[in-house]
Amino acid sequence: MPELNMKSLGGFLARQGILVAFIVFMIGFALWNPRFIDPDNLFGVVRSSAILGVMALGVTFVVIGGNLDLSVGSMMSFSAIVVLDLHENPAFGPALAILAMFALTLCLGAINGYLIGYLRLNSLIVTLGMLSAIHGLTLTYSGGQNMDIANQSATWFDVFGRGTAMGIPIPVLIFGLLAAVLGILLSKTPFGRKVYAVGGNGTAATFSGIPRARVVFLTYMISAFCVATAGLIQASRTMGAQNTVGQGLELEVLAAVILGGASLLGGSGTVFKTVIGVLILGFIQNGLLLAGLEFYVQFVVTWVIIILAVWLDIAAKRGRLLSPIA
Amino acid sequence: MHKDRLKNTLKHGAIWGFIVLELIFFSVAGEFLSLSDRAFMDVDNMLLLLKQSAPIGIIAVGMTVIMINGNIDLSVGAIFALAAIVMLDSMTWPVFAGLGDGVIPVSWLLALLTGCALGLINGFVVWKTGVDAFIVTLGAMLGYRGLVFMYNGEQPTYHLNWTMVDFAEADILGLESPAIVFLATVLVVWLVMTRTVHGRNAYAIGDNRDAAVNAGIRVGPHIVMNFVLIGFLAALSAVAFYSASGSVNPNDGMLFELWAITAVVLGGTKLTGGRGSVIGTLGGVIAIQILRKGLGHIGADSETVNLVIGTILILVLLLDRQLNRKGAEELKV
Amino acid sequence: MTDQTPALRLEGIVKTFPGVRALDGVSFTVMPGEVHALMGENGAGKSTLMKVLGGIYQPDEGSILIAERETVMANPLEAKANGVMFIHQELSLAEELSVAENIYLGELPTKSFGRVDWETLYSRTDAILEKLKVGFNARTIVGDLSIANQQMVEIARALTVDAKAVIFDEPTASLTDSEKVVLFDVITDLKAQGVGIIYISHRMEEIFKMTDRISVLRDGEYRGTLNTRDTNEDEVTQLMIGRSLDLSRNTAPVKLGPVALRVEGLACGHLFEDVSFEVHEGEVLGFYGLVGAGRTEIAETLFGLRTPTSGRIFLKGEEVAIKSPIDAIAKGISLVPESRKEQGLVLGMNCRDNITLPQVSDLRAGPFVAEGAEISIYDQYRDRLEIKAPSWKSIVGNLSGGNQQKIVIGKWLSMRPEVLIVDEPTRGIDVGSKSEIHNLLRDLAHQGYAVIVISSEMPEVLHVSDRILAMYSGRIMREFSAAEVTEDNLIQAISGITGDAA
Repeated sequence: MPELNMKSLGGFLARQGILVAFIVFMIGFALWNPRFIDPDNLFGVVRSSAILGVMALGVTFVVIGGNLDLSVGSMMSFSAIVVLDLHENPAFGPALAILAMFALTLCLGAINGYLIGYLRLNSLIVTLGMLSAIHGLTLTYSGGQNMDIANQSATWFDVFGRGTAMGIPIPVLIFGLLAAVLGILLSKTPFGRKVYAVGGNGTAATFSGIPRARVVFLTYMISAFCVATAGLIQASRTMGAQNTVGQGLELEVLAAVILGGASLLGGSGTVFKTVIGVLILGFIQNGLLLAGLEFYVQFVVTWVIIILAVWLDIAAKRGRLLSPIA
Repeated sequence: MHKDRLKNTLKHGAIWGFIVLELIFFSVAGEFLSLSDRAFMDVDNMLLLLKQSAPIGIIAVGMTVIMINGNIDLSVGAIFALAAIVMLDSMTWPVFAGLGDGVIPVSWLLALLTGCALGLINGFVVWKTGVDAFIVTLGAMLGYRGLVFMYNGEQPTYHLNWTMVDFAEADILGLESPAIVFLATVLVVWLVMTRTVHGRNAYAIGDNRDAAVNAGIRVGPHIVMNFVLIGFLAALSAVAFYSASGSVNPNDGMLFELWAITAVVLGGTKLTGGRGSVIGTLGGVIAIQILRKGLGHIGADSETVNLVIGTILILVLLLDRQLNRKGAEELKV
Repeated sequence: MTDQTPALRLEGIVKTFPGVRALDGVSFTVMPGEVHALMGENGAGKSTLMKVLGGIYQPDEGSILIAERETVMANPLEAKANGVMFIHQELSLAEELSVAENIYLGELPTKSFGRVDWETLYSRTDAILEKLKVGFNARTIVGDLSIANQQMVEIARALTVDAKAVIFDEPTASLTDSEKVVLFDVITDLKAQGVGIIYISHRMEEIFKMTDRISVLRDGEYRGTLNTRDTNEDEVTQLMIGRSLDLSRNTAPVKLGPVALRVEGLACGHLFEDVSFEVHEGEVLGFYGLVGAGRTEIAETLFGLRTPTSGRIFLKGEEVAIKSPIDAIAKGISLVPESRKEQGLVLGMNCRDNITLPQVSDLRAGPFVAEGAEISIYDQYRDRLEIKAPSWKSIVGNLSGGNQQKIVIGKWLSMRPEVLIVDEPTRGIDVGSKSEIHNLLRDLAHQGYAVIVISSEMPEVLHVSDRILAMYSGRIMREFSAAEVTEDNLIQAISGITGDAA
C-alpha cells in the first residue's frame, strides 16, 4: 500500500486536516446553495450550536485530562428540569432557581470528580452509570412530567435563551465568552498546564508533584458548570423542557471534541479546536438542510466526516495512509 | 497462594454471588412490599426474566468478544434497529410477493446479512484506518441511526405475519424462542472462546497485541471477524425479538450498547481486554434483569430502576478496585 | 572455529526510516555453536538489525543467508519457520493465557472446526519444559509467574523450532544471579546443539564470560569483530564510541557538609526493613544491589510515593513525615525516577513545559504562567547540561534517551533540592551522555548538594559514589567507603553474603 509522503502538499493538507475539511465544506455548501453564506443563516447556525458548544467546552477539559464524560446529556436534562421547576416555585423565583440549579449540578459534577479523580475509577463506566442514575434522578424529581413555565411573559428568564445584546443573540455571547475564558484558562494558566500533564502522563504528573486527583476533579467541575450553563440556555429558550431534552447529546458533544482533534487518550486538544468541531457539526447540518437533503442525512454525513477527520489526523502522525496492522 | 486463590474465586464468582443476594433480597422484600400475590422466584417469572434478558443478552455476548479483543462497539443498538426494519419491511417487498409464508426465512436472512454487513464495515474501518474502535463505532452509531431514521422518518415500521409470530412465541419446556436463542448463543460463543484457535487468539490479541502480531497472528482479519460476529448477533437479537412483536420504532435499541457494556463489565470482563468470559456476561445480564424485575416487584417505579442500576455499576467498580489493591506496598500514584 | 558454513550471514543490510539511515550496509556472520555478542551504543542499530533478522522489518537492500541460502523473512512467523528466534527485551507474552498457549502462540495444534487440540498442545509443551528443568507446568497462567520464569517461557518458545539462530536481547536485565546461571546453562546447551547465538548486552562482565566473538555497530555501521579471548573492555569501548571511557574509581577527596538527610529504622512492609543511613551535603551516596533489593522502594518512600510502616526520617536534623510527592518537593527532596518515559516525562509536551512542570504554579505573572521566566529556566539548564534539542518547543518524545534524561535532571535541579535522589541515572543512554551525566553528579556534590545515586551498574556506582550502601533483599548489608570497596566484596555483599562468611 502506498505510503503517503507526509512532506508533500497532500501531507501538509492532511495534517491541517480538520481546518481544511471545514473550509472545503463551507465552499462546497456555498456553491450548492448561496443562501448558505447569507449572514443571517450563518449566525443562525452559531446560535443553534451554542448549547452543544457550551457543553463541549467543558468536556474538552475532561478529555484533555485523559477521561470521558458520558453523563453530560442527562445532566443537562436535569439542569433544565430543575431550573424550570424551581422557577415556578414561589419560594425560589428565577434568580434563586438559577443559583440552586448550578449548585445541584455542580454537586453531580463533584460526584463524578470524586469517583474518577480521587477513587480512580474508570471514567467510561462511572459516567455511564451516572448517565443512568441522573436520568432516573430527573425522572423521579419531575415525577415523569415535563416542565413548563406557566406565565411566560411575566419573567425575565427568557433572556438567556432568547435575548440579544448589541445585535448578537445572548446564547452566542455566552458561548463566546465562556470559550474565551476557558480557552485562556486552558492555555495560559498553571491549571491548564497541569490538565495537559495529567492527561499526557498521569504517573509522570504525580512524580512531578502535580495534584492529579484534584486536577481531574476540577475538570469534572468545569464540565458540570458548562452543562448547567447549557441547561439554563436551553430552559430559557424554550421556556419549558421535556425530561429527556438532553438525551443523546453526550455523543454529539464527544463527536465535536473528536472532530476538533483532541485525542481521547488525553494530553492534546484545545478549546479553539473544539469550537471549530462544534461549528463543523452545526454547518454540516445546516448545509445539508439547505441542500434539500432530509434531516437525518446529517447523521450519516457526520459519521463519515468523523472517521475521515480522525483517520487523516492519525495517518499524518504515522506517515502512512493505511494502518500497518497485519 | 491460597489467599490469591480465594481472591480470584471471589472475583470471578462475584457476579453469581450477587445474583443469589438479589434473589434472596427481592424474594424476602417482595413478601412485604409486593402488590402481586405471587412469589418473586416463581418459575413463570424466572422464565419470563430469561426471555426479557434476551435482546440485550445476545448483544452482550458479542460485546464480550469485542471487549476481550480490547475493542468496543457502540453501534449495536443502531444495528439492532436497522436489522429489525429490514426484516419487517422486506416482508412487504413486491419481489417476494409470490413466496407467501416462505418469505419469513428470507426476511430473517436479509436481517442477519444486514447485521453482518454493518459489522463488516465497522471492522474494516478499524483495521485499515487504525482509528480506535471507540471513535469508529461512535460515528457508526450516529450514521447507522441516521439510516434508521431515513428509512421511515419517525414512523414505526411494522408488519404482522401471524405464522412468524406463532413461531416466535412457541415454547419448548416453557422457554420461549428468544430465551432459547440467547442460551444457545451463550453456549456456542463460550465454546468458541475456550476451545478454538480463534477464541484463544482473541485473548492473546487483547492481552498483548504486539506478541500476537509477532507470533504471526493476523490481527486485522481477526478483528473484522469479531465485528461481523457482533453485528450478526445484534441482528439475531432483533430477529428473535421482533418476530414476535411485529413493529419497530426508529428509537428502538437506543442505549442497548451501554447496557450490554454494563452487563459485560459486571460479569468480570476487563475494559482493557485480554480477560473475561461469556459465562460471566450471562451472569451480568441476568443480574441486571433481576434488578429491574425485582425493583418492579417491590413497587419501585422505572425511574428508580435507572437510578439504582447506575449506582450499582459504580459500587461494583469500587468493589473491584478494593479486591485488586495490594495494601501498604502500593505506589500512591 | 573450524571451516563450517555460517549458521547465519547478513550481507550489506540497509534500512532507512524517514530521515534516518538506521542501518548502512551491515554485514555480519554467526557460526553454528558460537555465542556472538552484538554491542553498540543506544541508537547504533542493534535493535533494528535484529528486527530485520526477526522478520519484523524488511531490509531496503542487502540479503540474509541462512546456512548460505538466501532467505526472505516477511514476518516473524516466517523467520521462525526459517529457524531464527528472537527473544525480546520486553517480554512478548500474553499474561492471561497459559504457558502452553504462549509457547505455541499463533501455531496452536488443531482438530477439526478450528478447535484446539489440547492433548497435543500440553504434551508437547511438557516435553520442552522438562528439557529446561523449570518449576512450572504447561497449564500455569503466565501472569502468575515471576519475571525470570516468564523469560524461561520465551526461551522455551525458541525450543519449539529447529532453531538455527537464537537472538537474546538484554536477557539478564531482570534476573537474579541464580537465575542468570540457569540462563547461561541454557545458552551453553544451545551452543552444544550447534545453534548460533546472538547476544545483545551492555554488560561487559557477561560478554567477556559467555561469548566467543564480539561485533560492534556504531551509528548504523558495522565497525568490526573481535575475538573475545583476545581483546579487552577498552578495545571494545573504543570501537563503540571511538574513544575510551574513563570509568576510573572515584578517589577525589570529599568535603563533607552537615547531614542533610538521616533515616532511622525505616521499613515498608516486606519491601525493605531496618534501613538506617545518612547523607551529607557535598557527598554522593551510592545504593547498589540487584533488582528487587529494595533500593527504588526506599527512594519512593523518601519521595512520598509509599507510606513507611515504621521508622523515622530527619531532614536537616528535623523529623519529618513525607506524605506525598508534593510534600517531598516542598521539603526539598527531588527524585529523578527509574523510568524516564513512564515516570519522568510527559512525552507529548515540549522541553520547556516538562522542565518547569513541578514549579509551574509558582512561575506566575498574575493568574497566568510567566512563559518568559519558563524559557529562561529552560535555557539555563540547556546550557548547563548541554541538552541537544532544536528549541524549547521540541516535543520531548522526539529527543534521544540521553537528552530526555537530561531534561528530567534539569527539571529537578531547577527545584534547588536539599537532597537529590537519582535512580538509574544512565539506563539505556549512549556512552557519551553517560559520562557527561557522571561528571555532572560529581559536580553537584562538589557544589554542596546531597546526592543519592541508585544504580545497577557496578562501574557506574564505583565511579560516582563517595560511599556505597550494598543492599540485598530489602536490607542494607554493608556500607563501604570509596577507598575500601572492591568489586569482589561489593558483589558478595549484594548477594547476601555477610562480611564474615567465607
